[in-house]
Amino acid sequence: MKLLLVGEYREGKLQGSVNDLMAFAQKMGAESAMFLVGTEGDVPKFAGTLYLADVKKYGEYNPAVHKELLLSAVAQAKADMVVFSHSSYGWDLAPRVAYALKASQVSEVVDVVDGMPVAPVCNSKLRRTVQPKTAVTVLTLQGGAFNLDGEPLGTPVIEKIETAAASALVFGGYEQAEQGGVDLTKAQVIVSAGRGIGKPENIAIIAGLAKALKGEYGASRPVVDAEWADHNRQVGTTGQTVSPKLYVACGISGAIQHLAGMKKSEFVVAINTDKDAPIGEVADVLVVADLKVFVPLLTDKINAL
Amino acid sequence: MNILVCIKQVPDMESKFKVGGDGLWYDSADLAWRMNEYDEYAVEQAVQLKEKTGADLTVLCIGPERVKETMKKALAMGCDRGVHVADDASYRKDPFSIASIIAEFARSKNFDLIFTGMQSQDRGSAQVGVLAAEMLGLPSITTIVGFSFEEGKITVKRELEGGVKAKVTSPVPALVTCQLGLNTPRYPTLPNIMKAKKKELVSVAVSELLKSEAVQETKAVYFPEKKGGGLVLEGDAGDLADRLIKILKEKTAVLA
Repeated sequence: MKLLLVGEYREGKLQGSVNDLMAFAQKMGAESAMFLVGTEGDVPKFAGTLYLADVKKYGEYNPAVHKELLLSAVAQAKADMVVFSHSSYGWDLAPRVAYALKASQVSEVVDVVDGMPVAPVCNSKLRRTVQPKTAVTVLTLQGGAFNLDGEPLGTPVIEKIETAAASALVFGGYEQAEQGGVDLTKAQVIVSAGRGIGKPENIAIIAGLAKALKGEYGASRPVVDAEWADHNRQVGTTGQTVSPKLYVACGISGAIQHLAGMKKSEFVVAINTDKDAPIGEVADVLVVADLKVFVPLLTDKINAL
Repeated sequence: MNILVCIKQVPDMESKFKVGGDGLWYDSADLAWRMNEYDEYAVEQAVQLKEKTGADLTVLCIGPERVKETMKKALAMGCDRGVHVADDASYRKDPFSIASIIAEFARSKNFDLIFTGMQSQDRGSAQVGVLAAEMLGLPSITTIVGFSFEEGKITVKRELEGGVKAKVTSPVPALVTCQLGLNTPRYPTLPNIMKAKKKELVSVAVSELLKSEAVQETKAVYFPEKKGGGLVLEGDAGDLADRLIKILKEKTAVLA
């Protein structure tokens, strides 16, 4: 088996997710090469061939062109498994490459059992083992699912990749997240509201506990999408990544995108009516209770201390 | 203008899931079914575009008879007609097969825009939209949280990690996959629910549209092993609060 790992480059920087790909190669014990649309001045530590296309020429986001570049690298490397991160870059590019290679794609892989990729089903409540039936397979890996043993080492041998392909898409630049307001990354205590709060008025309950604990309140994506809380309070992949001393998750079931943003917290308390909610996986303490009853009670008791 | 929106019916994710009898998917009994959340944003965006341009809007859904209930919601939100691809075994189809069905349906219809969700809440492959676009030779843009259509071009915002967005412009025809937060999906009003009952909703047998073989198969579906470690507290709320405060005093410095 020969793997081709697809690195990512954004806003002028190589993305750290490339370590996850190397960790996967390590777990598979397979020979691997790497592909990157990036720049020679910012390549990963990697002992193998790096198929490098110039980002200045091909752009950071141009999937039809990146596809052609990657197909050329797959052919040169004689790779039979193409491995992406399950990210906005990876899930966008992977199916294009899979279709061109007549390859089977398995998305958001969290494990490999008996040589077969395992993917989550229904917000990670279930797992699914998949048997690809094609000569080449394409995988996207869930962030953080594979961890590198040791530091990456080596200097890659660079092979330049070119293409004449063009695309009708025009990339119009990046827009940064709104600045200002609360900075959750600096909070020592965060009490977060999930969909389980039921209605916007209940944000006050969550904010109340956060105040009693001298912290800030945060929110999961559905709460922010419903405009019950500001975007700068969103914890998760598309919001803030936080690591407070105490994280209290109220009515948050624990979608992987949320867990990715808070699992480095020192101590995690989850308050949920569902004992089996995935948030239990990362919680030091899971309180099985209705937050609308329990949180005000807890807040009063803490305030009375 | 001619628009297609593709939707999926999924269980409420808060359901208590059980593994089905064949061990290859969750048991479909005793579940509450709804429109895939991502697809609600796709339908809303398609309806907004229809309202702006006077376009004709078709909604397509693959699955057993029960998916028609979800299609009726899309019709009540403003889609003009529904095409139900009747398939009792859709839960076993891989993303490649589902995309093939959509592409086969769309091929001769000259859709200017196709909207899908960026992924389904149950299978979560995030492949079907992009694969269908590749099969049709159309440009596709994934994970959009902003959309506008002017002078034959779409300008969208893709959501990237860490709250950053990327602005992208594409000519039509094109396909976009919609992310949560793209818009505010409307609730169907009672008059529109009544009107939707009279809208065309035809069923097509899946065998008429599926011309390809699956590229993968599910070997097993199962519950992940509990990693454990965490303490589970149950009981009277007042008592629970006292126990939690004791733990926070012992294990953290936040109540010091």
